[in-house]
Amino acid sequence: MISSSLIPCGQYKTSYGADTTIFLTPASRNWCVVGVAVALMVPLVASNYVLSILIQIGYYGIAALGLNILVGSTGQISLGHAAFFGFGAFASAWLNNKFGIPVLLAIPLAGVMTTLLGLLFGIPAGRLKGLYLAIATFASQFILEDFFSRANWFTGGSSGAQANPINVLGYEISGDRGFFYVVLFFLVIMYLLGTNLLRTRDGRAFVAVRDHYLSAEVMGINLTKYRILSFGISSFYAGIGGALYGHYLGYVSAEGFTILLSIQFLGMIIIGGMGSVMGTLMGTAFMVLLPEATEGTVSTIKHFTGDIPALTSALAYLKEAAIGLAIVLFLIFEPDGLVHRWRLIKSYWKLYPFSY
Amino acid sequence: MSESVSPVLEVRDVSLGFGGVRALTEVGFEVRTGELFSIIGPNGAGKTSMLNCISGRYRPNSGRVLLNGRDVTDLTPNVRATLGLGRTFQNLALFGHMTVLDNIMVGRHHLLGNNALTGALYWLSGARKEELAHRRKVEDIIDFLEIAHIRKAVAGTLPYGLRKRVELARAMAVEPSIILLDEPMAGMNLEEKEDMARYIVDLNEEWGMTVVMIEHDMGVVMDISHRVMVLEFGRKIAEGLPDEVMANERVKVAYLGIDDDEAENGEKVA
Repeated sequence: MISSSLIPCGQYKTSYGADTTIFLTPASRNWCVVGVAVALMVPLVASNYVLSILIQIGYYGIAALGLNILVGSTGQISLGHAAFFGFGAFASAWLNNKFGIPVLLAIPLAGVMTTLLGLLFGIPAGRLKGLYLAIATFASQFILEDFFSRANWFTGGSSGAQANPINVLGYEISGDRGFFYVVLFFLVIMYLLGTNLLRTRDGRAFVAVRDHYLSAEVMGINLTKYRILSFGISSFYAGIGGALYGHYLGYVSAEGFTILLSIQFLGMIIIGGMGSVMGTLMGTAFMVLLPEATEGTVSTIKHFTGDIPALTSALAYLKEAAIGLAIVLFLIFEPDGLVHRWRLIKSYWKLYPFSY
Repeated sequence: MSESVSPVLEVRDVSLGFGGVRALTEVGFEVRTGELFSIIGPNGAGKTSMLNCISGRYRPNSGRVLLNGRDVTDLTPNVRATLGLGRTFQNLALFGHMTVLDNIMVGRHHLLGNNALTGALYWLSGARKEELAHRRKVEDIIDFLEIAHIRKAVAGTLPYGLRKRVELARAMAVEPSIILLDEPMAGMNLEEKEDMARYIVDLNEEWGMTVVMIEHDMGVVMDISHRVMVLEFGRKIAEGLPDEVMANERVKVAYLGIDDDEAENGEKVA
């Protein structure tokens, strides 16, 4: 949690309650409400293409927030987040197919199942740190990937699992328009829960473990418990995100949850800002939009140059390289992430034109 | 003050070794309720090792540590904190990226009842109410240590003297029955030292906390301590009232390591 000590003028807090709000000022809270209200209107005007991108940002954003609590706040590392994401997708489909549990209920239940799995795979974190932990989570990625391809009863094995669309009171929510609202609902809830978690006892304990584990222990924090708990919570978010992903696509197959996706999740939180809730969403949006933007640029260039085969293949490489380049540039120039840049922009306008 | 009150802390013949190095050899002492007890000794005498044995960072090779009459030798540091043990560190050990307020709130960890789930349900679970009640208590500590102006500052950005004070505040927030201070005045200027000495005395007298302090500044130690213990090469060589310890020949030779007449005038040996 990177907190700013800069409080805008004219903000007088007269109670501790007023001083513990999520948003620093009523204005910023109102803007956030307006933002959600605008998001509610989006399906009325947006095309299916835009909606599908927003839905992607939604379910990846939920999963990435979990990873940010684990990596950004608790200071651990996970290279297996995609596997938990995948487990959530399979679990929700399985609960729905096998037991007939309504999808809307199966999604949180899948989250709980993934939490238990995360607690199990988090046990090494009680002992390991840094690179050693990274390799241990790397192992969980491979174990789960192998499980997905072999456990026919659970995942359907190589043929994958069917994930039914969401059904509310006998009314089937199908298509991007309806699903957008479902994802938005889960996104708002999960982000609120995450924010609350990080400003209360256990959230502070996570950050304490990250910043100075020896003194955290002397303050009464059980290091092993919190290191493992952090994995559990991170997996819960991954499970919810994965379940939404599964029911959105309607079909879950094991190929989608590779180490590459795990690393993309890490990219999202690094670009967004480690330990920041809002940063996670910014980083996710960036990572989802970047390939789309490069794709758009490439097709525009193609449009002007005509179809030259050599150039086309070069541009395809360029597209991939741009993503890697973005991450490297972020690490060098904005290690605190997009959320930090956003703060700088805000304080710039607050102080304009007297920047001192 | 030093009547026959039950000891808050009892250390029985603690020995600690690292490989061939004997850090502590059968050191034993008692700290009584309400006492301000200082441990002094030359560098490498084993003072911080002693504190680490008490707070649970090290497990002694032999001997027992009793806190409020309970044997805590085999307990982890976090359990000892819940039993009423607070401490500060010689080298700053704040949570650098948290605000001062959050740092101090971490100290209240074991006093707060909410968990990850009820914390996430903030408004519905009563977590908010609890946070606010504890915020009130934290503000009392903030007032006492005069750090109200920096409560929203990020701890890692503060100057050294203030960080020391925030660390003290965090240890106080644990509401310990005994608080261990590892060189609370190291690296401070005279003014900051005077402030810190005042806080420690008030902490002891007004807040009723028993204090165990390691400090190199003899002036402060002799002025504010009720009793002093001297360590040298891991052994206890003296224990008693400040005047007695100052007059002790062995302490003079071993600790100050200088002539008697110089020892009388030059009190500061760092």
